[in-house]
Amino acid sequence: MRVAEAWRVALDALRANRLRSSLTMLGVIIGVASVVLLVAIGTGTKQQVEQQVEGLGSNLLLVVPGKIEVGTAPVVSPLTLKDVDAVSRVVGDPQRVAVTVASGATARAGARSDFTTVQGVLETTPTVFTRSLARGRYLTGTDVDTSRRVAVLGDSVARTLFPDRDPLGQQVTLAGVRFRVIGVFAPLGQSLGVDRDDEVHVPVTAAQRLWGTQRVDGIAVKAPDRERIDELGERIVAELNRRHPDTEFSAVTQQQILGVLGDILGVLTGVLAAIAGISLLVGGVGVSNIMLVSVRERTREIGLRKAVGARPRDIGVQFLLEAVLLTTIGGLTGMALGVGTALLVDALSPIPAAITWWSLALAFGVSAAVGIVFGVVPAQRAGRLDPVVALRAE
Amino acid sequence: MTEPAAPARDGEPPGAGSAGERVAAIEAVDVSRTYQLDGVSVEALRGVSLTVQPGDYVALVGPSGSGKSTLMHLLGGLDRPTGGRLVIGGRDVNTLSPPEMAALRNETIGFVFQAFHLLPRTSAVENVALPLVYRGVSARQRRERAAAMLGRVGLGHRLDHRPNQMSGGEQQRVAIARALVTEPTVLLADEPTGNLDSVTGAAVLELLERLNAESGVALVMVTHDQEVAARAARRITMRDGVVVADSATDAHDRPLSVDHGRPETLVPAPSAEPRSVSGSGPGHPSGGSGGAAGATGRLPREVDADGPGVDRPAGAA
Ligand SMILES: Nc1ncnc2c1ncn2[C@@H]1O[C@H](COP(=O)(O)OP(=O)(O)OP(=O)(O)O)[C@@H](O)[C@H]1O
Ligand SMILES: [Mg+2]
Repeated sequence: MRVAEAWRVALDALRANRLRSSLTMLGVIIGVASVVLLVAIGTGTKQQVEQQVEGLGSNLLLVVPGKIEVGTAPVVSPLTLKDVDAVSRVVGDPQRVAVTVASGATARAGARSDFTTVQGVLETTPTVFTRSLARGRYLTGTDVDTSRRVAVLGDSVARTLFPDRDPLGQQVTLAGVRFRVIGVFAPLGQSLGVDRDDEVHVPVTAAQRLWGTQRVDGIAVKAPDRERIDELGERIVAELNRRHPDTEFSAVTQQQILGVLGDILGVLTGVLAAIAGISLLVGGVGVSNIMLVSVRERTREIGLRKAVGARPRDIGVQFLLEAVLLTTIGGLTGMALGVGTALLVDALSPIPAAITWWSLALAFGVSAAVGIVFGVVPAQRAGRLDPVVALRAE
Repeated sequence: MTEPAAPARDGEPPGAGSAGERVAAIEAVDVSRTYQLDGVSVEALRGVSLTVQPGDYVALVGPSGSGKSTLMHLLGGLDRPTGGRLVIGGRDVNTLSPPEMAALRNETIGFVFQAFHLLPRTSAVENVALPLVYRGVSARQRRERAAAMLGRVGLGHRLDHRPNQMSGGEQQRVAIARALVTEPTVLLADEPTGNLDSVTGAAVLELLERLNAESGVALVMVTHDQEVAARAARRITMRDGVVVADSATDAHDRPLSVDHGRPETLVPAPSAEPRSVSGSGPGHPSGGSGGAAGATGRLPREVDADGPGVDRPAGAA
């Protein structure tokens, strides 16, 4: 009965001061909304990156020179196509091995130009990484063997260079050398703000000739089975170490890449959410403030209630409930706002956003906790008021 | 827990000091109350002893600042004495925690204030039901009992009116209903007609007297109106924080010299020169006058002392 009265009185107090209550809630609303929104963007980005990494193809093993660690300087690759053959022998199937030698270059077609990434690759690339073409064909073994000057364009390169023409069969100039377009990739979209369709594939032999190098930057292997992927990596690294005793090599799996990316994105999301949480804290201080005003305003009511038998705790609960209602109503509104904004961002901008239930539960819990933490002092003050003094208050 | 005033609780023999076989509703023995105000002690009560019996009708009179309200707060368990012993409904308030005091007020005391103190934006019936909330009575029973009580004070047709939709007299009657809905043993009214015009005030007074007679609730009422005081069965006169006369215990003057009265209180007391006592209360700013004559039981006509800016029933003079 007493608790029901506390509810009734708390709701009544909020209703009686609608504008003031809403303004007080605003701090909590903004805080919760931004936490929900930022967590949604963080989660969405993480999911997107995971999908893309998984979309590269399953059981992928990337072999690069140097250590894969934050802060280590990139190493100039000593790898050549001979090493690629050696790796193919370790794997036992050349169709499972892909390479890349990449460099930025200006692509021109007529008057149009586009600065893009030119990748020298083997014909195995679409098998190792799951990639599909929108038009034309991919490179063949013959193209590679004869260093034929043919190119497959990424979607955005094709759009930039040939906005109103079919690129197939057309000429493009890469770093001053003419290539013929034989295919266009299906679009991939963006990842962490990087346009994944901004690339041109040419035969690795042609690329090496273009840049006057024998170098291969990295090797990718599609492992035959998942269980022995780590063991295969070790064997490849051992073989490469034997061939290049001065250089260290690393083999990383998709899972490891996902783990590292996930950690980075998780920390980033956490930091952003914490910054947004500060506004929640400021909102809480506002609640505390307004509750003290509320206690002062209703001092005589408190005195009267005490006179007719309210215990200190009855009064305290009543004001604590008022504070918690303020922050939880604010929290729910903020959640709705945050979810709405996140859905809009996801739909209307390239930034992905995904709502997770735990973030909503957390937001609600935190806003209730803010109410308790910032309401307890005003509530205690109300509960301890001397009834005689309270009844005499103005 | 919800029963009003089980008298002999805690093995405390209530009213043990009093002679009668009746159980005292409230017993104060040498009660004092000292306020600390910016490091200065204000002795509002300096050793008050009195007993309120069930069904009593007591008028508490005395000049402004003499400690009447302070005493009422103590008798109602709203405040604690700084010295002496105070037993309310058989319970020594010095042994009670704040929540126990709250329960004691809820069970044994009803308050009526000069300023009504109704909750705004709250209907009459809900205002009256408020004490029952803290007693744990169900909502339906609360409304039933509150409505019945409003009927008894003549407001059965005003159940859902809010305070700002009622006259002062009606508001005070709602407050009286609220005070009585818990069936307390004592009704404490501190200048209940102080904010009302004389006609309305007289009606409220009549209501209080009727309820006192009908239900047997003890009525202790502070009044500045000597005519009203004369109607009461018993009259207690205070000055400077002490009881200078109590018609229940003494037919004659209380021997002030042996009590705590300061020397100057001796001067005006018996022979009633009312105006001369004004300002004799310890530092009361309103400087109300009169009231001293109660000590002899005689009532000078012009003695009714007005508080600042408050209407008094015209019939008092
Ligand atoms: N909270 C307080 N702090 C300090 N002094 C107080 C306090 N309350 C009352 N007093 C003092 O105690 C004395 C008695 O006050 P009280 O209100 O009991 O007088 P009263 O008889 O009710 O007067 P009135 O007829 O004007 O209502 C006065 O001198 C007053 O100034
Ligand atoms: Mg008073």
